[in-house]
Amino acid sequence: MLMAVGSLTVMGLALGGLLGAASRYLAVEENPIEAELQAMLPGSQCGQCGYVGCAQAAAALARGEAAVTLCPPGGKSVAEALALKLGVTVDLSAVEDKGPQLARVTEEICIGCCRCLKACPTDAIVGAAKQIHNVIQDACTGCGACVDRCPTEAMNLVPMPVTLQHWIWPKPAVA
Amino acid sequence: MGLFEKIFKPQWGVHPDDHKRPAADAALRFLPAPAQVHMPLHQHVGGAARPVVAVGQKVLKGQILAEARGNISAPIHSPVSGVVRAIGEVTAPHASGLDFPAITVDSDFADKWIELDAVADPFSLAPEEIARRTAAAGVVGLGGATFPSAVKFSLGKRLAVGTLIVNGGECEPYLSSDDRIMRDFADQVVDGVRIVMHAIGAAEALVGIEDNKPEAIAAMRKAAAPFPDVKIRPVPARYPMGSDKQLIETLTGKEVPANARAAEVGVLVHNVSTCAAVHKAIRLGQPLVERIVTINGGAVANPGNIYAPLGTLVDEILAFCGLREAPARLVLGGPMMGTHLKHGKVPLVKGASGILAFNAVEAEIPEAGPCIRCGSCTKACPMGLLPLEMAARIRSGHLEDAVEFNLTDCISCGCCAYVCPSHIPLVQYFVHAKGELEAEERTKLRSEAAKRLTEARSGRLEREAKEKAEAAARRKAEREAAKAKAKAPAAKNTEEASA
Repeated sequence: MLMAVGSLTVMGLALGGLLGAASRYLAVEENPIEAELQAMLPGSQCGQCGYVGCAQAAAALARGEAAVTLCPPGGKSVAEALALKLGVTVDLSAVEDKGPQLARVTEEICIGCCRCLKACPTDAIVGAAKQIHNVIQDACTGCGACVDRCPTEAMNLVPMPVTLQHWIWPKPAVA
Repeated sequence: MGLFEKIFKPQWGVHPDDHKRPAADAALRFLPAPAQVHMPLHQHVGGAARPVVAVGQKVLKGQILAEARGNISAPIHSPVSGVVRAIGEVTAPHASGLDFPAITVDSDFADKWIELDAVADPFSLAPEEIARRTAAAGVVGLGGATFPSAVKFSLGKRLAVGTLIVNGGECEPYLSSDDRIMRDFADQVVDGVRIVMHAIGAAEALVGIEDNKPEAIAAMRKAAAPFPDVKIRPVPARYPMGSDKQLIETLTGKEVPANARAAEVGVLVHNVSTCAAVHKAIRLGQPLVERIVTINGGAVANPGNIYAPLGTLVDEILAFCGLREAPARLVLGGPMMGTHLKHGKVPLVKGASGILAFNAVEAEIPEAGPCIRCGSCTKACPMGLLPLEMAARIRSGHLEDAVEFNLTDCISCGCCAYVCPSHIPLVQYFVHAKGELEAEERTKLRSEAAKRLTEARSGRLEREAKEKAEAAARRKAEREAAKAKAKAPAAKNTEEASA
């Protein structure tokens, strides 16, 4: 009885100590703010910021290596949110906010090469070889990854059209 | 009014000059079928209807032009007989002045109805069948909310609603279309109320009518006399009595919680005009293609109520009533919550209870001054909010702080802006802020969807790479097996040869 209790206690202490040591020495370095920053980014992994994806961009932001204005699809609102989170002041007048944009295929010059649809991070382009491609508007994030791939300049970004459902009452003029 | 009501009369709201007469007392006039009507595909809450007719096709009055799309939607029917001229865009009755899709029908002036499927005894039908017929007739809430009525029927049935509240409040100044329908077609309204009660399984109906409409109350009392479960309840005239939450509280004493539907406190609200439309849809089989609309305002020569086909241009209806002068402002709906129209080339839609043509005096907007923190708006707010605090935060761009003050409970009734002695456009701030918040919500949903799509794509790419590698390995194994096979007989042959 005493033997069993003793051996289990020794084992527990030894293994617990081992786990404790492992958690200290083998810990993966991660800044807790990274996850929060990543959640703020659009998440389409378009790579326009120069990093591989949004996770890497968030890591760079957390280390202070990247400017909060790095995300072109996010525009002014994302830059503002990032600046607020990181507690930095930023001059947003230089950030060009074109508003939400969508990719559009000029059907007359599309040759159906399939290059754009391989580049699309959200699978928003449908098409097949030698068939005119088209963009599913609801899935397009306006990241522009497809624009550079097009050999005939048939792919362009256009502002998202304002419909009755998207229209917002203007703010009353300040008295 | 009893002693109780005298002491505990509602503290909220405002009491504007109602301007309802003489328009409300003028006899109902019928607008002859116009040469052309434009039926918008989106006249209701929910998905826009999908056209089922082709350009050049002949249609009869009441024939379906576009079918409902999605669970919450409503079909559109032709208000005249004639030929489909175009499926294109017309200016929407919306403050933005943007275009939206509509079906244009040229009238042949015959006004020939399609064959109608009338029901002699609606009470022998199953409630589901009544909901189905109401949905097929394109009936939506005619008080202005334009929520598809049949969807509300099934909701009421599911949540076992005991009381049907019939909204005859019509608290907006200038408007009298509900007043007129109760005076002229009280029998239809009461029959519609009974059909709706049957559809939702309600035991009683309370018809709330503001006490500034004594003729309507008398007509409805007379029509409802044979039916003890339909109770006519005059309510004090006070804006916004016609808002569902306020009417429910006045009639039943129950308060609808924030972010909850009326059905959750055991009641369901339908407008009197909606009930009349349900009567027509079931008893006569007629889809919703016409409505009563109030034409009023200082610029109108003969104000009154007009029975007009939907899709008629506002300009044509105004011309029918005659204009004294060019209107300084056109409003669709009431002066408190209506929509400012940029011009009159806008079709009449299902939810339009009035068209107001204001003269310069009525249309004048006084210049806004600074807030003096008098608190008039907090007393007027029927939802018990603090408009001055919310507006100050929205003005400085802090929408989240305004939400802390329960901006989402605001019903945009406009009482705050009406009473403000500094003429601050309070409700305009709230409408703007609610639009911004909705846009933010949409962006959030969009980016969440983008994340899901990205993950699905990377999953697919991984799977494809794995499948490719597996296929390559399989082929390699097959090749090697074939090679080994080829080698083995060869070895056998050499063995045989050596032997």
